[in-house]
Amino acid sequence: MTALKKIVLGHGSGGRLSRELVERVFLKSFSNPSLRLLEDAAEVKIPGATLAFTTDSYVVTPVEFPGADIGRVAVCGTVNDLAVKGARPLALSAGFILEEGFPGDLLLRITASMRRAADEAGVLIVTGDTKVVEKGKADGIFINTSGLGLIPRGRRLTSAEVKPGDAIIVSGNLADHGVAVMNARDRLGLRGGVRSDAAPLNGLIEKILRLPGIRAMRDLTRGGLATVLNEVSGACRLTAEVEEDSVAVSPAARSACSLLGLDPMYVANEGKIAVFAAPGQAAKILKAMRSHPYGRNACIAGRMLKEKKPLVRMITSIGGSRIMLMLEGEQLPRIC
Amino acid sequence: MKPAPAGSFCSPLWRDRALAAAAVSELRRLAPAAAARAGGQINLMEVCGTHTMAVAASGMRGLFPKELRMLSGPGCPVCVTSQGDIDTVLALALVPGVIITTFGDMLKVKGSGGLDLNSARERGADVRVVYSPLDAVALAAAEPSRQVIFIGVGFETTAPVIGAAVRQARKAGLKNFSSTAFFKLVPPALEMLLSDPENKIHGFMLPGHVSAIIGTAPYRFIAEKYRVACVVTGFEPLDILAGINILLKQVISGAPRVEDEYFRVVSAEGNLAAQKIMKEVFSLSTPSWRAIGPVKNTGLKFSKDYASFDAVKRFKLKYSEAPEPKGCSCGKILLGKALPPDCPLFGKACTPANAVGPCMVSSEGACAAWYKYGA
Repeated sequence: MTALKKIVLGHGSGGRLSRELVERVFLKSFSNPSLRLLEDAAEVKIPGATLAFTTDSYVVTPVEFPGADIGRVAVCGTVNDLAVKGARPLALSAGFILEEGFPGDLLLRITASMRRAADEAGVLIVTGDTKVVEKGKADGIFINTSGLGLIPRGRRLTSAEVKPGDAIIVSGNLADHGVAVMNARDRLGLRGGVRSDAAPLNGLIEKILRLPGIRAMRDLTRGGLATVLNEVSGACRLTAEVEEDSVAVSPAARSACSLLGLDPMYVANEGKIAVFAAPGQAAKILKAMRSHPYGRNACIAGRMLKEKKPLVRMITSIGGSRIMLMLEGEQLPRIC
Repeated sequence: MKPAPAGSFCSPLWRDRALAAAAVSELRRLAPAAAARAGGQINLMEVCGTHTMAVAASGMRGLFPKELRMLSGPGCPVCVTSQGDIDTVLALALVPGVIITTFGDMLKVKGSGGLDLNSARERGADVRVVYSPLDAVALAAAEPSRQVIFIGVGFETTAPVIGAAVRQARKAGLKNFSSTAFFKLVPPALEMLLSDPENKIHGFMLPGHVSAIIGTAPYRFIAEKYRVACVVTGFEPLDILAGINILLKQVISGAPRVEDEYFRVVSAEGNLAAQKIMKEVFSLSTPSWRAIGPVKNTGLKFSKDYASFDAVKRFKLKYSEAPEPKGCSCGKILLGKALPPDCPLFGKACTPANAVGPCMVSSEGACAAWYKYGA
């Protein structure tokens, strides 16, 4: 493999180019068995316990938008990366890169929002770091959070464990976060009250993990459900088949997506997960999810199938079928 | 398998599975009869790129009987923009100090030198994506020391909005706003296909958005002069299935006419205010069509009255046409003479990440749709 020529925006889209960047640069330099799994959080074994460890950097314009802000997303994203590995969050770190001139009251609003999200998740932010850069050298505020969690004995959740026939359960409406941010950033003036879904999901996840049959979970952030299904399909060598009608998208988010020429299956969420579960247990797990506030609109979206050429397929509303590929670069709004 | 009824999810009527099943079974019944009248194979063309995407995204192609072939037409704005026009756009982007404003899907279209607007940014070009040309006018007002250029391409859908933006810029006395006017017109494009002696298209699914502007009257010549079936169609899966069935019935009855399936949006006379703006700001031109070449009176340019807003004139840049990429079948595909998989480059040398021709570059291009959805 040759070295990458230049970083382009698509390398940060979460799709195929991001994957290529990880493989050609980071895996090449850092390769080890833990990292190679490319899951939301890595497992670190110490005598007597298994820890989950994850990190994520947050960059969003504007920093406040309907339903959430960069701080809430920074806490929830990292908590969720731990939780989908079955870990109970123990502690978070928070690193800030601030641009000279950033308003102090806005910073305080963001940190207060982080505190509220951390309280809700039942985790403390125990360490941090701050750097201030000259005006023009950053876009207001960048936040990095890392998280440490404890994986209770006996839990092992990994995409490689997903089996043929497993149900794909999606925890609720897709695309709200991406649409809310885009609407605020580009002042599209779309009404309909789409709000970011950013939420810590460790409570919901703890609740369903009391039930047997869960093989893997993924949070549906950048790149959306389609990207996650492609990654899981690649890891377990099975086809993922979802039904368009069984994936919930609110009418307001759906209209916004169709107006902009975006596919809601690829739009980012900050408070949704996909659960891969044994078919016999799926109904019970679904019921448990729906009884939690963050899983009220959960539904069984599809299933995993053994096929010669594993891929991601959607059965459309009208009964047709199409494939869903990894996202190529960024999704771009169209001309007409 | 159904989502919680209490949820905000709704299954819109326009994609209802039972209604779709009924429409598909009607289609399966009609298609062989229509094909028999047409000599064994029935070819319908979806003129518009949004239709191409909708057909592919709904996965309906797999439900069609083999006698029915849906061809993609010349209605994808990026696809029909000529290489010379794209080269002109890139040259404008590299003029020192200018701000280029554009719709998002122009960003990745490559010029003959391999450069696109996205990578022009790395060379210092200031390229900004806007959702409306009026945002570009506002930007020009806010940045009086910079020249703001809007990249105007497309059909009758985008022309009136850009016309309105230019009119507003003139009213505000802005001397630092200009636009390109690389506009094409749908009815003359269809006449271009129909006048080809090799034409094998039996029916046109006419574009909903364009027709909302121009109305249904400008298509009458298709049914009257060329005896080809016509229906203006919306973009939901059921719209498209209904549109196909209307076309099949017209073929079977041998009585083509312009029907309007999208009557909830499109009227016979269209949007008169938009038409008025187009008439005021633009005049007929002889644009160069990608892979087809210049065709008289098939496009729009700035009228004499508004010529000072023409970015090409203001910056004195005009690139001549470069040859099409070798082996690329975009020309044939845009004319409905080939389907994307017929192209030797499709999915091999030409993919969305490394597109050779415009039909793979544009998100609404026929090749991109076939590639993305495995249609």
